[in-house]
Formats: sequence, structure tokens, C-alpha cells
Amino acid sequence: MNRSNTNWLITIIILLAISIWVDFSKEISLINPFNLNGSPLFSRNVDTKLGLDLRGGLQTLLEADVPAGSTVSSTDLETTRQILEKRANALGVSEVQMQTAGDRRIVAEFPGVKNPEEVISSLQQTGLLEFVATDTTVPPEGSIIQTDFATGSAPAATPAPAANGSQPTVYHTVMTGKELVTISVSKASISGKYVINFTLTNAGSKTFGDFTTANVGKILTIALDKRVISAPSINSAITSGSGQITGNFTVDTANTLAAQLKYGSLPVPIKVVESRTVGATLGEESVRKSLMAGYIGLGVVIIFMLLYYRLPGFVATLALVGYAIFSLALFKIIPVVLTLPGIAGFILSIGMAVDANILIFERLKEELRAGRNLRQAIDLGWSRAWPSIRDSNTSTLITCVILYIFGNSFGASMVKGFSITLALGVGVSLFTAIIVTRTFLHTLLDNLKSVEHPRWFGL
Amino acid sequence: MNIIKNRYLYFLISLLVIIPGIVFMILNWINIKTPFPLAIDFTGGSFLEVQFSGSRPAVDQVKSIFLQIAPDTAPSIQPLGEDAYAIRSKRIEDGTKGQIVAQLGKQTGTTITVLTFSSVSPSVGAEVTNAAGIAILLAAIAMLAYISYAFRGVDHAFRYGVAAVTAMLHDVFVVLGVEAILAYFLHWEADALFLTALLTVIGFSVHDSIVVFDRVRENAHVYRRIPYETLVNHSIVQTLDRSINTQLTVMFTLFALALFGGDTIRHFVIILLVGIFSGTYSSIFNAAPILVVWENREWQTWFRKSEQSEA
Repeated sequence: MNRSNTNWLITIIILLAISIWVDFSKEISLINPFNLNGSPLFSRNVDTKLGLDLRGGLQTLLEADVPAGSTVSSTDLETTRQILEKRANALGVSEVQMQTAGDRRIVAEFPGVKNPEEVISSLQQTGLLEFVATDTTVPPEGSIIQTDFATGSAPAATPAPAANGSQPTVYHTVMTGKELVTISVSKASISGKYVINFTLTNAGSKTFGDFTTANVGKILTIALDKRVISAPSINSAITSGSGQITGNFTVDTANTLAAQLKYGSLPVPIKVVESRTVGATLGEESVRKSLMAGYIGLGVVIIFMLLYYRLPGFVATLALVGYAIFSLALFKIIPVVLTLPGIAGFILSIGMAVDANILIFERLKEELRAGRNLRQAIDLGWSRAWPSIRDSNTSTLITCVILYIFGNSFGASMVKGFSITLALGVGVSLFTAIIVTRTFLHTLLDNLKSVEHPRWFGL
Repeated sequence: MNIIKNRYLYFLISLLVIIPGIVFMILNWINIKTPFPLAIDFTGGSFLEVQFSGSRPAVDQVKSIFLQIAPDTAPSIQPLGEDAYAIRSKRIEDGTKGQIVAQLGKQTGTTITVLTFSSVSPSVGAEVTNAAGIAILLAAIAMLAYISYAFRGVDHAFRYGVAAVTAMLHDVFVVLGVEAILAYFLHWEADALFLTALLTVIGFSVHDSIVVFDRVRENAHVYRRIPYETLVNHSIVQTLDRSINTQLTVMFTLFALALFGGDTIRHFVIILLVGIFSGTYSSIFNAAPILVVWENREWQTWFRKSEQSEA
């Protein structure tokens, strides 16, 4: 048994072990051997991620509602995305995903939502920033409060019912975000903490001055879309038209609050240009059916390989199972969001995984017919099949790249999903067909002399 | 086995498949101004699938409720399975859809489940259509460039590129033609997944051509004396087992998907099946013979022949 074959065999076994571990876990972590109770060296959630078409949910494509031809700065788009994400989270939808796509669009995904209409209408709302007098109450951050400021539309989320079923308190809105002129973050020289500086319009200065003079020591809550984002206390009367919000801010929280104050309304107006809803039942059914199709396809391919190629076919079958194990582990680690076309791409790549082996085995048979001994034939089969395997798979990979770019610019996650799984499938199949199959075949030949019979090779 | 000898017969078979497809594309064009119906992914609009818990109301009732809430949206309603409808219309917003579903539930007294709802603005659709054209063009150019590069060591590398791209265009036309025929009879619509299938077929088509060309490349180094025709034919025959076996394994998996994979991807899978079959055919019976036609400059004979037959 030669050395490199042994090394490959060990590598393959280790990779298989890791992959099986990943395939059957929801989370993987490595414990630090020097500190058993400390935090793990490495930890990662590897739960299978299903796309919206499989688990149900809402996907929308939002576009900056600006005249055609005008540009939207990437900072503005990113800020919009952040604000929208906060709003969506406030609705109680879990795992909201928002990504900017291109220079004026945002793709938003809401897995498992039951009320797509509400989610969409809340996204399209412009945010309302209010300074609310809550007297001595400090409402918890993130809670929803009621105010007396009339809005055109109802707040996005229903107010939390107060305890004991009593009516929730309606607080007075002193001022809205309209009156803010400038917002900045700075570090206070004495305390070393971060503060938010603001200046107000003339009208705002008057209102704010009167109110703060009368209410020193009380709480002035700041709410965005009726949701509390901060509840600072009034330390002194602010009549100059400029002031500071102090609190336990880090540089990040101060900047976030400043952004919210600045962009109470979105920096760019948005409109929904595309929305897709998939019901959960349809998704479940699709998963079940496509998995079924996958098993059947894999089974038929295995039977064919065994009948036609005999011993190498058996080895290729082992490699194919390895291929499925490796691919699934990769999907979970990267992670790849599995969509229905994505699964189709994966099943299709099973056929491709076999193609590389078929190319090699046909070559192997030819070399055997040409009178070479088995070992020579195996090595020649591999080295001669390689250029065509390399060149042909490159063409498929080029297509995958084009598909990916196409899918990405429109938030077409179905197209994207297909291209990713197909490309990964091509990559993994090259590894299993070229390295795994050859190593297994050599190992088998080393240990079983009786297999050196042409019939085992389908001749 | 001499495949090259009958090359014009195989070209004819290709034409016999492609021409009806083109005829149906024209028929569709006359009806709807596109070669085949395009889904809302390209045209913009809305698509709603609703399932009724009890008995399904009549199409007319659904249509009148739909129009009552969303006037001038030209809804077209098709039954789906036993208890559901698929409704295509001009674009309606999510809010409008909510109202329609609520109203349907109220008037029919059944519980309604929204299986799927998509709404695409026409401007996005137009952009997707443009991008689709660019993607296909880009794929063709990338393949031509890649093959010319991969075969740079061989005489006339560019010919291999052109032959592979010609075979690829053959497959594109077969797929488009089959889509046009299916659309004509079964009212299928080409959506973003159809485009994905088409681009995949492009990749596979070139994949197959390269496997055959690779053999020609290799044999050209080994057998320097034999005529080019024999060389190409020999290469085709040598790779034939592989071509058929790979074809079979891919077909097995695709058939499994078509039969058991559910309705959502059936259209996609059938297009892939057609395209991949065509890809294997064209690599053997079109791409490689084109090399021979080019080597012999046979178009000069075509011209002469036609002159003689006219005379």
C-alpha cells in the first residue's frame, strides 16, 4: 500500500467523521481542553436553513421611491435598512432578514409570518418620532406607549394591554421629531460617557424650554412609532434651543439613538415593488416531495452504477454516499439557505457527481482492453480523464457564476439558491470522484487480491 | 459505427425538432406578442393561489368579488386541484389581496388559505427581462472565450468554440421551441425558474461538447496520419458510452424529480430534461460534425450542389 493512498484514506475518514458530526447536529462546539468550564473554543449553529419557499413566509423587494435617474447614497440606503429592520423586529417577527440589493433596493424576508399585509403596511409607514411627557414613569426600552399625538394611521403594533385590564395610560406628546435641527454624538469631558447633542428650531426651543423649565427631574421619553427608544430624565431647564441627552451610552448605542433621532422618518421613502408569500403547508409538502424524489433518484443511480460498472460502481456508490454527506455538511456550515430549486440543483449534481466517475471508469475499461494491468489502468484512467473532467466542469461553474449574479441583483433567492447548490455540488463531486473513489479502489485492491478479475470491472 | 458519415441526416433531425418550435413561437406571437406566455416575473402583475376549506365557489363568483375590490385588474381564474383556484391579474398590493381574501371568506362562508401570493411591479419585470437577455448573451460569450482558451494548444481553437456555441444555440432553440409548444397546449408560463433551467442547459450543453472535443484533442496528438473525419468519428464513438451513461444517470434523477418532486418544480424539471437530452444529442450529432464540415469547407459544396439541382 503506498504512502499517499494511506494519507488520503486517513484524510477522507477524518473529513467524513466531521461531516457526519455536522450533519446530525444542530449546533457544533469544541470545548477548550485547558478550561473545561470556560467558553468553548469554537461554536457554531449548524441547523439546516430552509428558504421561504420551503418553510413559508413573506419576501418583499423594496425600492427607494425617488424619481428615476436620481441616485440614492449607499449610507442612506443602509440607514433605511436598519430602521426597517428595527420596525420589523418590533412587530415580533423572528429571524427577519434584510439586505440591500443593488443601489436602490432592499430585500426583506420574514419567515413564517401569518399577517403579510400588516408587515408590509408597517414597512411603508414613515416613522414618527415623539418626545413624550411620562412624568416620573420610566417606560422600558422597546415597550409600546400610547400618546395623544394624532397620526394618520394606527401604530404598527397594538399597544400592550396594561396590567389588571385597566386602560393603558395616554401620555402627552410635547414635541415631534420635526423640531430637531442637528444631532451629534460626543464624549463628555468629565464623565467620559457618550452624550447626544441636539439643537432645535425656534418653535421647538420655545416649547421645549417651557416644558423643561416646568418639569425638571421628570422623565421625557423618546419614542419612535410609539415604541420607546430612550427615557432620559430632565436634568435642568433647556431654554437655549440646544441640549444633551445623557445616559449610560456606549459609542454604539449613542450612535444608534442619534440615527433614530435624525431619521425618525426614513432617509429615503420606499415602496414595495415585489412581494411573494408562500403558505407554510405548501412549503412542507414541497420539502417532503423533493426529499422523496432525491432518495428515489439516488437509489436508481446507485442500482445503475452497480449493474453497469460492478466493483468500481460499488466504490462509486460509496463515494456518492460520501458526496451526499459532505455536501449536506457544507450546506449547514456555510450556511446555504435551501430553497426548492436549490434542492433540485443538489439532486441534479448527483448526476454530475456520477459523470466524473463514469468518465474515469470508461477510460479505465479502455485501458484494460488495451492490455494494461489493473494498477496501470487505474492510474491512466484517472490521469487521462482529468482534462475533460476539468474543462467540462469549468463550463458548468461559469454558468453558476452568471446565474448567481443574475439572481443576486433582483433578490431572486430561488435562482441564487440553485446556482449555489449546483456550484457546491460540482466542487464536492470533483473531490469525491477523483480522490475518494480512487483511494477506495486502491485500498480495496490492496486488501482483496481476488477482485483482480476483469468481470469485476464490467468487461 | 460511422456517425460523421450521416452528419447531414442528424442536422436534418435537429431541424425537424427546431422548426415546429419556431412555428409555435410565431403562433404564440400572433396571439400574445411574445414567443410564449411570460409569467409575472417578467411582465409584472399578481398571482394568487387560494384554497377553500369547504366547497369551492364558482369561478364567476370569485371573479366578481375580485373585481369588486380590485376593479380593472383583468383577473383570469383557473381551477387548481380539487379545492383551490389560481388567479392571475394585473398587479394588486398585499393590502388589496387581504381584502379580497377576507371578502371571499365572508361571502362563501368558508375558511380560505392563501397557498401563495406574488406581486411584481411591471418595472421590476422589465428589468428582469433585460437582465435575462444579458445573462444568456454573457453565458454564450463566456463559453466561447473559455473553450477557445481551453483548446488553445490545438489547431483552430476558435472553431471548437464556435461549434460548441452552435450546439448550445441548438439546445436553446430546442428548449424555447418545446416551451412554445407546451405553452400553446398546456398554457404554461415561462418564469424565473424557466430561465434558470435554460441557463443550466447552456452550461450542460457546453459540458458535453467539451467531453467529446477533449477526445478529439487527445486523439489529434496520437493519430497524426488518419483523416480528420475518421479522427472525429473515432472520438465520438470512444466517448459514446460515457455520453449515454451520464445522460442516463442525469435522466434518472430528473425523472424522479418530475414524477415525485411536486407541482412547483415540475415545469422546471421537464425543461431541464428536454434541454439536457438535447445537449447530449447536439454534442454528439452537431458539435463534432460541425468541426468536420468546417475542416472540409463543405459550404462550398452546398452552393455547387444547389446550383446543379436548379440547373
